[in-house]
Amino acid sequence: MTAIDLRAKRSWRSTKSQLVTGLMIAAVVAIFIPLAAVLWSLVERGGGIVVAAFPDFFTEEIPQFSRRAGPGMGPAVVGTLLATGAATVMAVPLGVLGAVYLHEYGGKDRFARVVRFMATVMTGVPSIVMGLFIYLMWTIRFGFSAFGGALALACLMLPVVIGSAEQMLRLVPNHLREASYALGATRSRTILTVVLPAAIPGIVSGCLLAIARAAGETAPLLFAVGAAKAFNTSVFHEANTALSVQIFGNAMDVPAAQARAWGAALTLVLLTFLLTLSARLITGRFAMKR
Amino acid sequence: MELFDLRGHRQHADRAFRWGALGAAAVVLVVLALIAITMTDRARPVLGEMGLDFFTTTKWSVPTNTYGALGFIYGTLYTALIAISLAVPISFGVALFITQVAPRPLRKLLVYVIDLLAVVPSVVFGLWGLLVMAPALGLHASFFTAGIILAIMITPIITSLSREVIETTPATDKEAALALGATRWEMITATVWPHSKGGLVGAVMLGLGRAMGETIAATLVIGNTVNITASPFAPGYSMPTVIANEFGEAEPLHKSALIALAVTLFVITIAVNLVATWVVQRSMRRSGGK
Repeated sequence: MTAIDLRAKRSWRSTKSQLVTGLMIAAVVAIFIPLAAVLWSLVERGGGIVVAAFPDFFTEEIPQFSRRAGPGMGPAVVGTLLATGAATVMAVPLGVLGAVYLHEYGGKDRFARVVRFMATVMTGVPSIVMGLFIYLMWTIRFGFSAFGGALALACLMLPVVIGSAEQMLRLVPNHLREASYALGATRSRTILTVVLPAAIPGIVSGCLLAIARAAGETAPLLFAVGAAKAFNTSVFHEANTALSVQIFGNAMDVPAAQARAWGAALTLVLLTFLLTLSARLITGRFAMKR
Repeated sequence: MELFDLRGHRQHADRAFRWGALGAAAVVLVVLALIAITMTDRARPVLGEMGLDFFTTTKWSVPTNTYGALGFIYGTLYTALIAISLAVPISFGVALFITQVAPRPLRKLLVYVIDLLAVVPSVVFGLWGLLVMAPALGLHASFFTAGIILAIMITPIITSLSREVIETTPATDKEAALALGATRWEMITATVWPHSKGGLVGAVMLGLGRAMGETIAATLVIGNTVNITASPFAPGYSMPTVIANEFGEAEPLHKSALIALAVTLFVITIAVNLVATWVVQRSMRRSGGK
């Protein structure tokens, strides 16, 4: 009787499996490379101007002549905070309330289904299209302002907030609602005092992620906020600027302007990372588990 | 004895809250309708002037008021295609590594890293691509350079979606395959792949939609030259980038032409997104996931 050698065949099969595992590891490395390279460039090229001129980089105005080397992105920091903040004030309450309707009232009725479907459609609208839309609706009539940019960002945030908030409401167990009704609470009181507090950590973390995305957007702001070089702390009046718009405008300019673009990029990335990490922290610590 | 009417005011407040929530949900429909109406209305002049030539010719000349969009449509599709072919193998590799190979702590770290990669603003990738990556790889602004940057930007989305899809594979299927002596790779091809095929196709299409609508990063590295050629290393142009570059100082008919481009972009991305969402939801439902 001849022994069947099971190893020979098996070894080719396991080699193949290991080969594929190797390819997966290569893919993981490949995803790390751009992130590491971008972060390194930011620190290397942007760190200098931010640290050497600390805190001037955040308090000085943007030089009138882009050839002049040195700091100044203060107005852009203010503009980004104003536009993103105003967008948050508009999109978050509206989005959460909309999600409350979809999950607590609408459920599977036709209107709720249509809104849910259209919210999905709206997440797919390219940001440049949203920028043109706000230009036609707002900027053409009222001129440049941080608020115009905020409108565009709010339109981009709204469907994202609705989607994530509805998912969080879905996680609230039904017996909480029933217990509240049993105590004689109305529907709205149940939602405001029982359902929303239970879901709030998840909702906050979803909103922070939406804000982080919005803060980095450029295309929607391009035709709405303008390109001011001086401080403008008004939300509604006069042209403003933003970090992303400044990076875009200075990227193809002279080296002195490019240095400021790198500093602005470092600032913007730190801001978005901060928002993302706090979102993760909140989810990790307080949110209900699936 | 008087009877208390417990419904009185409470019921009014309850109803008001319900209508408020409904109104918030309806904002999505209003905004989308406004986008569709204002944009198509403003696109009409150029379509009246050019007719179908707008979509089938490539001459884009502002002084002579000749607007042919084919070059931009081609550039959009070509760069998106390059981006997808670079991003898909890497995304699938990482998603498989996270779900099938990585130990739990590493899994968490990788999900974190992908989250961070997803929130890096597109303008920062553009700046980095223009000033660091392209010179380092000896590339000029071209379809390919834009394709790489877009690939980096859509990899996190495709990865996290495919991870979610793959995770719905029943553990019993996988264990059965392993118990029959399958290697890891054989287990993946026999259980994970047939189970997740539909969802993975959807994830890729959502990435495709994102790549086509992405504006700012591509504007900095695509070359801004109308070009219909198969060579990936030639400079090109795409719909969102020409809007970003020219809309600021455009005359009325030129503006109308750019808005018509935005409408075209809108229709294409929405179509891709809808099909993708439908495919994902269908496959998720069939596989018993959420």
